[in-house]
Amino acid sequence: MISARLTVNDEEREVAFRPSDTLLFVLREKLGLTGAKPGCLNGDCGACTVNVNGTAMKSCLMLGVEGVNQTILTIEGLKDSPIQHAFIEHFAFQCGYCTPGFIMNINSLLKKHPNADDSTIKEFLSSNICRCTGYQEIEKAVKSLLKINREDKAGLQNDE
Amino acid sequence: MLPYDFDYYLPKTVGEGVRLFQQLEREGKNPVYYSGGTEIITLGRLNLVETNAVIDIKAIGECKELTIKDQRLIVGSALSLTAIEEENVFPLLSKAASGVADHTARNKITVGGNICGQIFYREAVLPFLLTDSHAVIAGKSGLRQAPIHQLFNQKLKLQKGEFLVQLHTDRRFLTMPYVCVKRRQQWDTGYPLITVAVIKTENETRIAISGLCPFPFRAFEMEKAIQQGGPLGDRIQEGLRHVPQPVLDDVEGSSGYRMFVLEQMLQDMLRELEGNHP
Ligand SMILES: Cc1cc2nc3c(=O)[nH]c(=O)nc-3n(C[C@H](O)[C@H](O)[C@H](O)COP(=O)(O)OP(=O)(O)OC[C@H]3O[C@@H](n4cnc5c(N)ncnc54)[C@H](O)[C@@H]3O)c2cc1C
Repeated sequence: MISARLTVNDEEREVAFRPSDTLLFVLREKLGLTGAKPGCLNGDCGACTVNVNGTAMKSCLMLGVEGVNQTILTIEGLKDSPIQHAFIEHFAFQCGYCTPGFIMNINSLLKKHPNADDSTIKEFLSSNICRCTGYQEIEKAVKSLLKINREDKAGLQNDE
Repeated sequence: MLPYDFDYYLPKTVGEGVRLFQQLEREGKNPVYYSGGTEIITLGRLNLVETNAVIDIKAIGECKELTIKDQRLIVGSALSLTAIEEENVFPLLSKAASGVADHTARNKITVGGNICGQIFYREAVLPFLLTDSHAVIAGKSGLRQAPIHQLFNQKLKLQKGEFLVQLHTDRRFLTMPYVCVKRRQQWDTGYPLITVAVIKTENETRIAISGLCPFPFRAFEMEKAIQQGGPLGDRIQEGLRHVPQPVLDDVEGSSGYRMFVLEQMLQDMLRELEGNHP
């Protein structure tokens, strides 16, 4: 066991875990943050996606110890964000199991590519699997946010 | 969750990494170098990798370098595949890297891990095989550099305790015309049925392939056959006689289907690269 400080959702947490524990395990079992979901545990499904320094990471493919000195954001830290609203508005979930992973991936997409084109959206979204609702609604939710980004930008330019 | 424990080390220098390996080996810890860690974690979960100590090389400066120095591109082994794609200094490498796994997984998978891993596709090695790149290896007696063709035969041949630090590629290759195509059994992500990368240098067309055999390879013999005169279709037929064995025959595709797909891919790719042929 090691004891380490992890910065998760803007909070510093002292936590004891094994160096061989995945970040997913540490988040869920040691910090009680169950928003990142265990799915395939093999890096295929994306249900466990979180952000590390703003980059989407599958927390089943990362050790907890690799999270030391990094800024970790989980779905619990993303309160009332526009993506969450867009998912509701566009019916972009059904059972909800894959939703936190999708939202964390999209959060990183929107930060890195505020004007993402279709191929970038597709590239990011194909990291996550949804088995019940389908991808169109999710894509619509993403595009609605990109449209708002564009309109905000145009508005700002008009104001100048 | 991994079914066993290991200690985690994060050396800051190449020397420290190598010394740690020697020391942990003496202590019977069966150490492994850890880069992206995705294979160690996923195969470890299935008891297919067992170790009592991992040495994470991501804090070693040389392993994260991505620069052009003395007419050579230097690619650090611990760079993630998306970091390489985003910088895009070597478009053929970006293209080959972008086919591996999916975007989020590539934020973690590293170029060195892809080339040194057990999972045999190792698609990121194709551009380095096509460009006669050099590998920089760290070991007990310091750093050594060798042509990739000397070190890579089906997989990277490293001595115990050695690790891949960098890959060096002559700058003139970075802008040469290329085509790189990955065909999967289905979907747009996942392992290849076949991946073919082709580059056109001043005087030849070079070919490297992953997914056809249980190892990636530079197709030297095929290249020679395809370089001969005559209609493209005939040259490809001749080239196909030089495919190394065994050709994979698995759930992704039978060996016959793979050969059929390879022929079509070569037709399309060489036509695109060489201009229109009869
Ligand atoms: C979801 C998923 C999808 C995948 N899809 C593809 C695909 O489409 N195409 C493909 O080619 N591969 C694919 N892979 C395989 C992947 O590229 C390899 O497993 C690769 O090893 C992972 O890189 P890593 O940096 O995480 O390696 P690690 O887990 O860090 O290491 C893998 C192995 O290489 C050794 N190693 C790592 N770095 C070095 C070094 N610098 N020097 C010496 N030894 C080293 C380690 O000791 C270990 O034995 C996929 C993997 C996953 C998890």
